[in-house]
Amino acid sequence: MDGPSASVPSPGAIRAALADIPDPELPVVSIEELGILGAVTADDRSVRVELHPTFVACPATDLIRAVVEERLAAVIPGRRTEVAFVFDPPWTSDRISAAGRAKLAAVGIAPPLASGSGGPIALDAVVPCPFCGSSRTRLDNLFGPTLCRTIRWCPDCRQPFEAIKTV
Amino acid sequence: MSSGANLLPATRNALALQLLAIADDEFVIGSSDSEWTGIAPLLEEDVAMSSISQDEIGHARAFYELLAELVEDGRDADAIAYDRPAGGYYHARLLDHPRGDWAQTIARRYLYDTADAIRLEALAGSSWTPLAALVGKIRREERYHLMHATTWLERLALADGEPRRRLLDALERLGPDAGTVLAPLPSEAALLMSDISAAGAVELELRWRAAIGPTFERLFLPLPPPIASPETARSAHSDAFAQLHEAFTSVRRIDPAATW
Repeated sequence: MDGPSASVPSPGAIRAALADIPDPELPVVSIEELGILGAVTADDRSVRVELHPTFVACPATDLIRAVVEERLAAVIPGRRTEVAFVFDPPWTSDRISAAGRAKLAAVGIAPPLASGSGGPIALDAVVPCPFCGSSRTRLDNLFGPTLCRTIRWCPDCRQPFEAIKTV
Repeated sequence: MSSGANLLPATRNALALQLLAIADDEFVIGSSDSEWTGIAPLLEEDVAMSSISQDEIGHARAFYELLAELVEDGRDADAIAYDRPAGGYYHARLLDHPRGDWAQTIARRYLYDTADAIRLEALAGSSWTPLAALVGKIRREERYHLMHATTWLERLALADGEPRRRLLDALERLGPDAGTVLAPLPSEAALLMSDISAAGAVELELRWRAAIGPTFERLFLPLPPPIASPETARSAHSDAFAQLHEAFTSVRRIDPAATW
């Protein structure tokens, strides 16, 4: 009863060991802060980790899975692991934590607005400039350098900047 | 999780056909529109169309993966996507047209995205939960595509001269095939009886026409006519598709073990 299982980390401890894995496309934030890391469940033999892809087509998912599997192999060697991408519940931009939002803004990427029913934000929505705080920024391109980002323009500090899509 | 083991054979076959239709639609329009990468009329549109195409091909992959888990015939998503002859694809005839000029691409994106939104809405509450979950996620992303297509449709329609003329030409070519996206699947009855889809083709087309009507009226554009020969809406593909198929299967033919 007090065999090897006594030294096996709890699901919470396993999850904590994965929490600081950086996002491959936005390495300033972790998969925990972005809301990609979901539930971790375990029984005597196996561990299951759920990941919520930001966008269905995100090309970084396979890379994230590989890093998570590598980390699991180090934390719980020898146990069977399953890393699953799930859409239930769907990732929405509301899953990004307060700490994640602050880190994104600090590198000039505007965090998303509240997603409501999940549509694009209105064209005239106020998205503060991450550089100067101006509320007069405007949409430049609905699409951007990665699937999860749009491009905006600040007329006050005359800078283009990226914003996480509100989905 | 996505097992179809609890489904009646007729229901499973109907679901498989529905998944194939959506997956092939997304795969073909994504592949076709990706031809703009590097040559779009504006740098911003190069970014936009590349991103939209990437989304669509990713959606196709997710639907092909559900299909592979459902039918369990030994083929994975890549095999379904790439290992069929051109005649074996099941996309709607609207997507058989080449991307054409920018006006044709925008007209097709608008016609497709509006019809796809209606189709996805009817599947969002699907009794087959893996499909409902995926559709719920994809609908959030597709709204960006529709916003983009609508913005460009208005821009072209309201610009006198060449932009509007090209848009009208494109709608004349594409209009007769626009309704093929929502044409009835042969297995429609089984989808409705099993609550996999909440609405049949007649209802979907009514909803679609109600959705696009006000925009077409405001922009003085001709509404698409009813489709001819709905029974071949997803077969008898064009030479333009054969060429696209030749291109998107080329890497797979060179190296079947390549991963995407």
